[in-house]
Amino acid sequence: MKLTNRAAPVNRDPMTFGEKIYIPAIAKGLSITIGHIFKKKATVQYPEEKRPFSPVFRGLHVLNRDEEGRERCTACGLCALACPAEAITMEAAERKPGEEHMYREEKYAAKYEINMLRCIFCGYCEEACPKDAVYLSETVMPTNYTRESFIYKKEDLLIPNPKK
Amino acid sequence: MSDQKFKVTIDNITVEVAPGTTILNAARMIGGDVTPPAMCYYSKLEGSGGKCRTCLVEVSKGSEKDPRPMPKLVASCRTTVMDGMEVKNITSPKVLDARKGVVEMLLINHPLDCPVCDQAGECHLQDLSYEHGASGTRYEFDRRTFEKEDIGDYISLHMTRCILCYRCVFTADQLTNKREHGILERGDHAEISTLLGKSLDNEFIGNVIDVCPVGALTDKTFRFKNRVWFTKPVDAHRDCPTCSGKVRLWMRGDEVFRVTARKDQWGEVEEWICNDCRFHKKETKDWVIEGPSKIDRHSVISQGHYVGVKKQPVLIDKVIGKNPKLLLDIHKVSDVNRPEIELSKIEGPAHSDDFKPNK
Repeated sequence: MKLTNRAAPVNRDPMTFGEKIYIPAIAKGLSITIGHIFKKKATVQYPEEKRPFSPVFRGLHVLNRDEEGRERCTACGLCALACPAEAITMEAAERKPGEEHMYREEKYAAKYEINMLRCIFCGYCEEACPKDAVYLSETVMPTNYTRESFIYKKEDLLIPNPKK
Repeated sequence: MSDQKFKVTIDNITVEVAPGTTILNAARMIGGDVTPPAMCYYSKLEGSGGKCRTCLVEVSKGSEKDPRPMPKLVASCRTTVMDGMEVKNITSPKVLDARKGVVEMLLINHPLDCPVCDQAGECHLQDLSYEHGASGTRYEFDRRTFEKEDIGDYISLHMTRCILCYRCVFTADQLTNKREHGILERGDHAEISTLLGKSLDNEFIGNVIDVCPVGALTDKTFRFKNRVWFTKPVDAHRDCPTCSGKVRLWMRGDEVFRVTARKDQWGEVEEWICNDCRFHKKETKDWVIEGPSKIDRHSVISQGHYVGVKKQPVLIDKVIGKNPKLLLDIHKVSDVNRPEIELSKIEGPAHSDDFKPNK
């Protein structure tokens, strides 16, 4: 039974004199090699040159701040609920008078943690977030030797305050 | 007259009910999708209903004797059945359209702060707008706001979330000797308030938290401690001298985060509980635990809670011939759920000083 019509029978005839001296075959092979020198390269010189990310690339998480530098996250728990890997945990607290410049809403995440060993970078947390607080950035997750360093705390995830 | 039954047809399902039954209660006897939603009607509170208009239905045939349809949609919680009445609820496009409008009206001044609100996940307004409402708002003006009022150590009032269903007013009237809160002002300015900054401290006043269909009245001892869907509901009881002592505990591990009354399938309290049970008994040893509560599987609260699942035995030690090496103990690294910070033991919401590193 044939799946396609592209199969060609193998030629098992004894080699002719022209084939026996191999020169035409070598020239044919070299012409392919030399031809590739003038073609566009498939690789880049990595550390010096970097490929642009795809617009849908999902990298390391960041916790966003609003334009006044206040934390956007209100610890609503929807990212942790949406997370299929159960990588996100948090504890909420109430904003005290005098902390209005730090937190956007009356409730905020006192603790926020993402276990990057569990995270599968699916981006559901970003989709679930009603406050535009968590985003997956264009940073590739850095590697490390210890597992402890993959538990990202709120301080590791928050973007720097633009007001400071 | 006493054993006379009225035949009423709701969405082509016929049921026989006693005279004097409301359409809503007749529909509840059938159950399922036929039942109109109710935001203000509460079967355990006398005089409730007729305010929110979410239970509007179309009466296409008044009765056997007078088969004319009723000219307008009627509130099913306040309209009693007649013999031979035919009612259309979900089969009537007029009703569905009107209900969508009612939800839009209820949400006009609602702040939509569900990410902050402790009621989220068990909020009737959330369910209602999810099922019947539009996904966007057409309202362009500033929403109604109120000055924040402190009504005591146990109950927090968020007037902006209130839909003025009057349930808490009826609860205080019918459960306690002296009502200390009520509706002040009129129209757009109407608000739930205590008269001149009194606090609510009757021993049954905690039940206003359970009857509130939105997050206007919430438990201050549970405030911001956890999300409803991360806590596990467990039925428990204790020998209480003032109330029945039958409650629902909302637990996480061994910690009791919140105590509420048990609610039936219509979201109504089965038995009222006292403040002592609700606010002060937050330890597992205070309670006799009966077992996990039955939660509708479509509710977010049932996420991650599997029923009837047998835990698979761990066989990895037999496969590799030794106990696997634990490469990371998450509790040593994680800042969340520190044993020294017991959120359920803190009175009221946690603040920044509860999470200070030296604690």
